[in-house]
Amino acid sequence: MHALTISKLTKTYGNGKEALKGIDLSVDAGDFYALLGPNGAGKTTAIGIVCSLVNKTSGTVEIFGHNIDDDLEAAKACIGLVPQEINLNLFDSVLNIVVNQAGYYGLDRKTALIRAERYLRELRLWDRRHDIARNLSGGMKRRLMIARALIHEPKLLILDEPTAGVDIEIRRSMWEYLRKINEAGTTIILTTHYLEEAESLCRHVAIIDDGTIIENARMSTVLRRLQREIFVISLRNPLLSLPQLDGFDYKQIDEAEIEVVIDAGHTLNEMFAALTTQGLEVQSMRNKANRLEELFMGLVDGKAAEAAKTSGN
Amino acid sequence: MNLALNWNALKTIVRKEFLRVVRIWVQTIVPPAIMMTLYFIIFGSLIGKRIGVMGGFDYMQFIAPGLIMMSVITNSYGNVVSSFFGAKFGRHVEEMLVSPMSNATIIIGHVIGGVVRAAMVGALVTAVALAFTNLTVAHPLITISMVLMSSVVFSLAGFINAVYARKFDDISIVPTFVLTPLTYLGGVFYSITLLPEFWQKVSMGNPILYMVNAFRYGILGVSDISISRAYLIVSIFIVLLFSACLGLLNRGVGIRE
Repeated sequence: MHALTISKLTKTYGNGKEALKGIDLSVDAGDFYALLGPNGAGKTTAIGIVCSLVNKTSGTVEIFGHNIDDDLEAAKACIGLVPQEINLNLFDSVLNIVVNQAGYYGLDRKTALIRAERYLRELRLWDRRHDIARNLSGGMKRRLMIARALIHEPKLLILDEPTAGVDIEIRRSMWEYLRKINEAGTTIILTTHYLEEAESLCRHVAIIDDGTIIENARMSTVLRRLQREIFVISLRNPLLSLPQLDGFDYKQIDEAEIEVVIDAGHTLNEMFAALTTQGLEVQSMRNKANRLEELFMGLVDGKAAEAAKTSGN
Repeated sequence: MNLALNWNALKTIVRKEFLRVVRIWVQTIVPPAIMMTLYFIIFGSLIGKRIGVMGGFDYMQFIAPGLIMMSVITNSYGNVVSSFFGAKFGRHVEEMLVSPMSNATIIIGHVIGGVVRAAMVGALVTAVALAFTNLTVAHPLITISMVLMSSVVFSLAGFINAVYARKFDDISIVPTFVLTPLTYLGGVFYSITLLPEFWQKVSMGNPILYMVNAFRYGILGVSDISISRAYLIVSIFIVLLFSACLGLLNRGVGIRE
């Protein structure tokens, strides 16, 4: 069963900007799916169309089998949205915001109040339930938008950069919470600029750039395609001169650190052997770049270079 | 359409709108009461004494229904335009747009909010009027129905204004340049029988004239126009404006890109 099926979806705005150029996408029920892309790539437009906040130009969208063109009410009932921009009524109380949202989805007030307590407690906002939203911190507002999106217990939760601007502690606690609700059966689609977040949480990833899907596969498959990783090696003793690591691409960072590139032709064992031959002892090592970020930049840059080449021809 | 879902959604919007009116009562309830008090003092008490009788009543009695209806019209319009545009501006209108409730429910909920505020302000202005003059209601059903129907018309009109508005200036243009002149020229302060025949005919094109006169008939029992025609015109406006609101929301005008 697909939670979301998008077929040949296009969107051209009134100013002529082609935000989506016929994308196809399927998200399985129960999946944790990352939708990545640079700013202006079309992520928010795609989400807007799925959630009926943006009119599509052409194509079809189905949510748990409900087509948004002829079964919109049922399709909408399946979705909970946490948008990119804060869109709370800043003059209303925390409790009213989530209870009203429940009402919009047809829940009676008694049920809404019970659920509001549950989700506000889970997102650590219950003590602030009588505060007006304007007085909450940025992280609290984000958590309130998650509580609001969950109040009708949607089968598909869409989060558009939910951790933007929140500190690392809150971000990690939000990750844990999202993992928990995904394990409980909610399908989650996540867009984020924190690629570590996508790598840590999601099982599938689609990368969208310039209105086109340029990658769509399991996260593990995508990451396996990386043929190159950079390790930062901290040495026990300072270097007196740059060592000779034949066959490796490397450089010295400071007196006790070097950067070594491990590509498909080398193994970590070979690197350690080369360092040992030079009489160097490894104190510790770390992966320099986020692997997904590297892949992402490679794909986006590659596409840009290809476009430039095509236009040059 | 899921009726139970939409019923609960409708109750939620009405409750939210009512609480909004009550929460900001200094902005929603008090100003019309103060303004109408000034109208009664200046036009009714000070100037009215020199005018004498109009339509067979003291001038104060004659303008009281018109002033009540004027506050009903401006407050029903103002409530919906400010509430829905505020939701658009703050983007929390998206809370409603992503939900499965029907567009008709969104419109009806906001219209009821406008009607409730208009009724609250209308009652308060009536109480103010009673402090200045005696009023007996000649036709209670006509009085109540015309207040409700007129506030529905202007709530719907306010909704359309909010849909098209892009900035706060846009929600004051119609009240300033359309609503206020039509209200003042709608027979609030005078009987159109005082006008030359040509201007009487021109006045018949003003829908507010029918509402003010029908309401005046409900209270005083006198009117410049036919009551059945007033009901017909107000009913046509309700149908046309509701259809327009529904068409705008269905197409996403002003709220969906």
